[in-house]
Amino acid sequence: MLALLKREILLSIRAGGGALTGVLFFLAVVSVFPFAVGPDTKLLSHLAPAILWIGALLASLLGLDRLFAQEREDGSLDLLVMQSHPLALTIFVKALAHWVMTGLPLVIATPLFGIMLNLSPLGIGATMITLLAGTPAISFIGAVGAAVSVKLPRGGMLISVLVLPLVIPILIFGVAAITGALEEPAPFTAPFLFVCAITLFTSVLGPLAASIMLRHSAD
Amino acid sequence: MKLIVENLGLNRASEEIVKDISFELSAGEALIITGENGSGKSTTLRGIAGLLPLNSGAIKLLDENGKQFEGQPREYCHYLGHQNGMKTALTVRENLDFWQKFCGEPDLTIEEALEEVDLSHTIDLPFSYLSAGMKRRVTIARLLVSDRPIWILDEPTAGLDAQSVKMFTALCQAFCESGGILIAATHLPLGIETEKTLEIKASN
Amino acid sequence: MTVETTKLSIWAFANPTRFMGFANKAIPMLAIIAIALSAIGLWMSFNAPEDYQQGYTVLIMFIHVPTAWLAMMTYSVMSLSAIGTIVWRHPLADVSLRSAAPLGAMFTFLALATGSLWGKPMWGTWWEWDARMTSVLVLLIIYLGLIALSKAFDEPSEAALPLAVMTLTGFAIIPIIKFSVDWWNTLHQPASVSRFDRPAMGPEFLYPLLIMAFAYMAIFFTLHMMAMRNEILARRIRTMKMSAARKHSAKGAT
Repeated sequence: MLALLKREILLSIRAGGGALTGVLFFLAVVSVFPFAVGPDTKLLSHLAPAILWIGALLASLLGLDRLFAQEREDGSLDLLVMQSHPLALTIFVKALAHWVMTGLPLVIATPLFGIMLNLSPLGIGATMITLLAGTPAISFIGAVGAAVSVKLPRGGMLISVLVLPLVIPILIFGVAAITGALEEPAPFTAPFLFVCAITLFTSVLGPLAASIMLRHSAD
Repeated sequence: MKLIVENLGLNRASEEIVKDISFELSAGEALIITGENGSGKSTTLRGIAGLLPLNSGAIKLLDENGKQFEGQPREYCHYLGHQNGMKTALTVRENLDFWQKFCGEPDLTIEEALEEVDLSHTIDLPFSYLSAGMKRRVTIARLLVSDRPIWILDEPTAGLDAQSVKMFTALCQAFCESGGILIAATHLPLGIETEKTLEIKASN
Repeated sequence: MTVETTKLSIWAFANPTRFMGFANKAIPMLAIIAIALSAIGLWMSFNAPEDYQQGYTVLIMFIHVPTAWLAMMTYSVMSLSAIGTIVWRHPLADVSLRSAAPLGAMFTFLALATGSLWGKPMWGTWWEWDARMTSVLVLLIIYLGLIALSKAFDEPSEAALPLAVMTLTGFAIIPIIKFSVDWWNTLHQPASVSRFDRPAMGPEFLYPLLIMAFAYMAIFFTLHMMAMRNEILARRIRTMKMSAARKHSAKGAT
């Protein structure tokens, strides 16, 4: 399984700098917001957690459509499915690798974008922690979307439509936790723990559902 | 070791394409499946490799005492399909290294396996730089880096030149002599001594 | 170390002929029940007393609330069908799932539309980011996504498993969505919106509401069965066309 993680990360680096593209997309999303809402720093710093989370959400969806479709096209999927390893574990590792190459770079890039949006250091810290805890869930649920559309040549848009409604809870609790850290009466711990719980839940549900799909998807 | 396939029936897109295929192979035997295009050769092989749900029938893998092996038969198979299952962005070594680790039970080293298919010089080249025939030979080397008692080969010689075919036949011969079971769909017989043939006719 | 299945060919196992026979008898009966219940329900609704707070607009409730219930019930029917697809590979389960999705989307849309009509006199606005309306909106997006998925495949049998897996994944996550939206709503709008639900509903409202709910259920099952019948016929036509194409080419070859 370590070999699979290594291969996935290597592939993502080789094939057009996967991690960098994600961060660039994140930058693009974050920087169009001020154009839309105006350069009012007060307003921007108020909206910053939401902007960063939406940017991260959209960036995390990138590349999901290739997660299994590419493996299927070059015949690797057959070989991945045939082995004695539990298929759900193989999918878990692939989703994890997807997160390492898309979600994790966003967490690392957050301080920079946080400063651009006039977010306080505490807010930046809270955003990083919630993104770190929450974005894996997008990759895990995304794995289901990627699995069900594995045979579709242009599944990208469909995956987003299927996955976005299902990740709304992550967005709600993620942004609520940041707000909780910044504004006094609102709680931080409760929504943050919800984010963690959802990520743990989806880390089981996502690979299991995707494995049911891929086990029987061969043709 | 004995591989028993009983009354195999397989569907493709809700239509039964393969019906009632039965055969038995013991260690060291090879089966060549022949038939027209579209007769269901690939479907049969994919069914045996556990890649298609069986419509009917059973696949069993028994040891010398007639006891079933643990787990699914597919876990004991190498499958070589139409596609190579290699990543063009990785080097030959990285590709083979991954499959060796992922499949487990390492047999030959990557260097030795590439020596067998006469491609030692490409070991650190990206897979995308190779010609179609060379890619196929690297894929054949994949069969050698992990030890699996059953080889399932779908048109293994596609894209190979005469010399490479000869080399590949020798590899198959050696595999069978070492007690392996080989099932291949080809148009030409491989020329293995213990070869059986099975002709599939289109069911409709 | 055996792979063994005793499944028969897809159509033999499903026995759609038997289903078609059943459907042909059941649909007229269901339709009559649906019409009768709707008539009784509507009559009772119109004879319900005016609410002292909401006045005449309370009538919308009899139309609106059952649509929201049906929106949820349809998803449950789809999830059960999904289990049928995954566990037993029963083709009728797939037909049922596929036929229910547009109906679910329709009820969800009606719930939103009637809710919006009710919201105008009650809240003074067509749309309020109220916890329930927001949850139902998310449900509508999920329905539409599933319909899009079911239409994305050329071969209907290939869509069966993707649809089932996605439906069940949604089923597992919908409670979390519901919970999170409620939570989000209390965080942002602390009880500023007047709520419809009262501690106890008088029987003069409850009975017509229940009758209407049963009427909607009868409508759903009628339409669902009709949609399933259509789907089976469509697939038969497809199979016939495909075999006709094959016969033709076989003749051409000789």
